[in-house]
Amino acid sequence: MAKTQSSVRQGLDETSSERVGTYVEAGIEAIRDEMRRDPDIFYMGQGIGPRGGNFAQTRGLWNEFGDERLRDTPIAELAQVGLGIGAALAGSRPIVDIVFFDFILEASALLIQQASTIHYISNGKFRVPLVIRAAMGGVRNTGPHHSHTFYSFFMHIPGLRVAVPATPHDVKGLLKTALRSDDPALFIEHKALYNAKGPLPAQEYTVPFGQAAIRRPGKDVTLIAVSLMVSKALEAAEILEREGISVEVIDPRTVAPLDKETILQSVSKTGRLAILDEAYAACGFSAEVAALVSEEALDELDAPIRRICALPAPHAFSPSLNDYLIPSVDRVVREVRSTLRG
Amino acid sequence: MNVSKELVLSLYRAMAEIREFELKAREIFRSGRMPGFIHLYVGEEAIAAGVIACLQKEDYVTSSHRGHGHALAKGIPAREVMAELMGAVGGCCGGRGGSMHLYEPAVGFLGTNGVVPPGIPIAAGAALSAKLRKTGQVAVSFFGDGAVNNGAFHEALNMAAVWELPVIFVCENNLYATETPFKAATKNTSVASRAAAYQMPGIEVDGNDVLAIYEKTGQAVQRARRGEGPTLMECLTYRWFGHHEGDPGTSYRSREEVEMWKQRDPVRRLREQALASGWAEPGDFERIDEEVRSLIEDAAQFALASPQPKAATALDQVFCD
Repeated sequence: MAKTQSSVRQGLDETSSERVGTYVEAGIEAIRDEMRRDPDIFYMGQGIGPRGGNFAQTRGLWNEFGDERLRDTPIAELAQVGLGIGAALAGSRPIVDIVFFDFILEASALLIQQASTIHYISNGKFRVPLVIRAAMGGVRNTGPHHSHTFYSFFMHIPGLRVAVPATPHDVKGLLKTALRSDDPALFIEHKALYNAKGPLPAQEYTVPFGQAAIRRPGKDVTLIAVSLMVSKALEAAEILEREGISVEVIDPRTVAPLDKETILQSVSKTGRLAILDEAYAACGFSAEVAALVSEEALDELDAPIRRICALPAPHAFSPSLNDYLIPSVDRVVREVRSTLRG
Repeated sequence: MNVSKELVLSLYRAMAEIREFELKAREIFRSGRMPGFIHLYVGEEAIAAGVIACLQKEDYVTSSHRGHGHALAKGIPAREVMAELMGAVGGCCGGRGGSMHLYEPAVGFLGTNGVVPPGIPIAAGAALSAKLRKTGQVAVSFFGDGAVNNGAFHEALNMAAVWELPVIFVCENNLYATETPFKAATKNTSVASRAAAYQMPGIEVDGNDVLAIYEKTGQAVQRARRGEGPTLMECLTYRWFGHHEGDPGTSYRSREEVEMWKQRDPVRRLREQALASGWAEPGDFERIDEEVRSLIEDAAQFALASPQPKAATALDQVFCD
């Protein structure tokens, strides 16, 4: 057990950084650095001011930047995002914190119809440097209204960037990139990862969009996993290693843009692909990757692609139901093993 | 209010330009040469002219699907608006937006919009940015009666009031949202009275009286620039034509009602008032009419001759980076 845990942690080491921090601290650091560097950045959302955020995701920021730049809002996501878009058009660089990713739906029209289109339809005359921050996924049985992971809805839309970091290192690096980018970006953290520890360099660095990370090299099967599922993938890989199955775990880090090259290279090496996603299979991230690989690397595949996803039901509250619906390490092991049959 | 000849003639010119532009667009549309759909502003010119005359070039405006008047009054050249309606490269958006998606940062024009309510929070956001940057800029949101029962209206007005944003919400109440009468869809038909719910000033004004609009807007702009927050203005008006070109506008409105409102033509009304009060002479108006006719004729020629963008550019500009 201890060996599994340490190799899982090792799998998540990006650098030789000795400094360690939590996922939530990483986000605060990135925002603090960027808000100090750029006076046009400001932050809006429910409870993100003196309270420091529902997940402590803005702790300390209000103390430094005050009411002007850390603005608590009413429960009005549509207006939060709408004001964010307007402010971005006028030259500010807002962060809108939706808190629970589920509630982005209240503002979807603004995000999809307005934010994602304006640069294009204005023929490049306007930019929308807006960052939407939110926490997706289930933790402690958050239930049907607080557990969604439908980031693929936004991956579907041209004009939006979608980041789904799995580690503290990537939270800080990707959030900095998002804040420096002039394109509208969804920065989607996972609420079950907020207390996860990992290497967190103190020095200045960014992580580019569209660059996946190979969390564990392998040669028998490629396993792509998103956000919280990365650690489940690594656990499953550890178990399969003992059966002589070498799994290559890839973390895309951003789904829009998606690092196709890394995925295709891995599949040509292994010949087998499984995709692990806490979201549903239908029209999701896993469907997109499966389609891409089928289109561009059909000859490389030695087995059908496997999608390991949430089963198609709402997020039941009861732990026994939830544990069944969301991919477990056992299910991942079984599904990945099945790609080597036949 | 001090009415100078200069003010009268500039307001007249702004309205005449919109009137002439809309009639020319209608003509081109009916000839079958214009793609898409247009929603004409004829009859409502006093609102765009009267409100925008109070703004500086760097102040912000958001508009709706019925926005040619706002775009022209704010300073997008007539040629570029007409070419945009044609989907041509000479358009202000290179043909990518069309009538309902006109954008021009050089004059603070944050877009006409195919969806009406979003312009309301977007204008509030621009005002927020101005407040943060301490520039003294204000923002104006133009929307119709159809938007005021939408959640975006409520959320944006409340946030603008809470944060005392320098934004003016201008409702152009022309009594119909597409073909739905305002009174059939609304319990409280006084839009201006809703301002009380947000503790902001609510002003009702004759939407066909450009001088009254200019005066009331001026006061709202001063309040906003002084940091006293937002205002809601309700301008009572009427569109002469249908919701969009192709809709005669008479299946849900009586001809008598349409004729009654045509008698309140804001353009003719200003001219008659100016002549009666001695603010200007007939020759002044004739000269402006001729200049406007020439300007719009030039815009039409330009637009009709402007080429379509090349298909190879269709995937450009989806992202900045």
